[in-house]
Amino acid sequence: MKNPIINLNKVFESRIRLGIMSALMVNDNIEFNSLKELLELTDGNLASHLKALEQNEMLQVSKQFVGRKPNTTYAVTQLGREQFKQHLNALEELLNMQ
Amino acid sequence: METKNKPLDDILAIRNMMERSSKFLSLSGLSGVFAGCCAIVGAAVAYFGILKAGNIKYNEYMRSLSEVSTREIRLELMGLALVVLALALGGALYFSVRKAQKSKQNFWNKASKQLLIHLFIPLFTGGIFSLLLIWHNNIDLVASTTLIFYGLALVNAGKFTFGEVHYLGLSEIVLGLLAGVFLHFGMVFWILGFGVLHIVYGLVMYRKYER
Repeated sequence: MKNPIINLNKVFESRIRLGIMSALMVNDNIEFNSLKELLELTDGNLASHLKALEQNEMLQVSKQFVGRKPNTTYAVTQLGREQFKQHLNALEELLNMQ
Repeated sequence: METKNKPLDDILAIRNMMERSSKFLSLSGLSGVFAGCCAIVGAAVAYFGILKAGNIKYNEYMRSLSEVSTREIRLELMGLALVVLALALGGALYFSVRKAQKSKQNFWNKASKQLLIHLFIPLFTGGIFSLLLIWHNNIDLVASTTLIFYGLALVNAGKFTFGEVHYLGLSEIVLGLLAGVFLHFGMVFWILGFGVLHIVYGLVMYRKYER
């Protein structure tokens, strides 16, 4: 029998990254500050996880200015959506095996 | 043991985050109960005060009066409706902010903005259309119109909060259509829709999510 652990994605291993991806799966895009409130994280902590997800092309980042303040929003990429679904399926399979 | 439960914990965390980020979960059932009570008190004032008790068939009472003398009644009913609406909205806001503070959630977030936008577009349309009906001295269909548009507003906004709101909306639409059939009983349907249904659904939601 194939081991579903193969399908678990290393990029999504932390609980914070799972949270970021889950929130982005059900919203078109989310601002940095909204994500921060939602996940109850510090700027630095959230930024480092976002950076990692962005480098793996799971997220796309768009920056614009609202008045004079920079405003950064995040959205999930097509690749991110597929990979996250695969990760979820693998988690479910693991559960069913127990 | 810890590793064994990890997939389950992960899935629970994911589901929680998906719901929390896309739905307004601070809506309190008490808001519904309070709005229902406001509506019933408002209806009682209209029935005993403005329509001089015994005129539940309000369109016949209005028809028995000349147009000039209904103007005052129409204005009074409109004023009363606005006061009831303001009280009900204020109550909804108060109980929801309180629930948000209790669970240490932010009241004003993306989900609550979405909820309000999707609620108010059909609600404003219906409100303005009802005013047009009253303006043309055509009040027979006002009860039906307010119920139908309110129901549509709730169905539209239901996607962004608890599922009960969706079903409350459907119930209001059914009542509104019935009110359109039985024109004489507009006031009765109004009390059922805005009073009784709010209280029933409010209690269901309170028992399900807040205890």
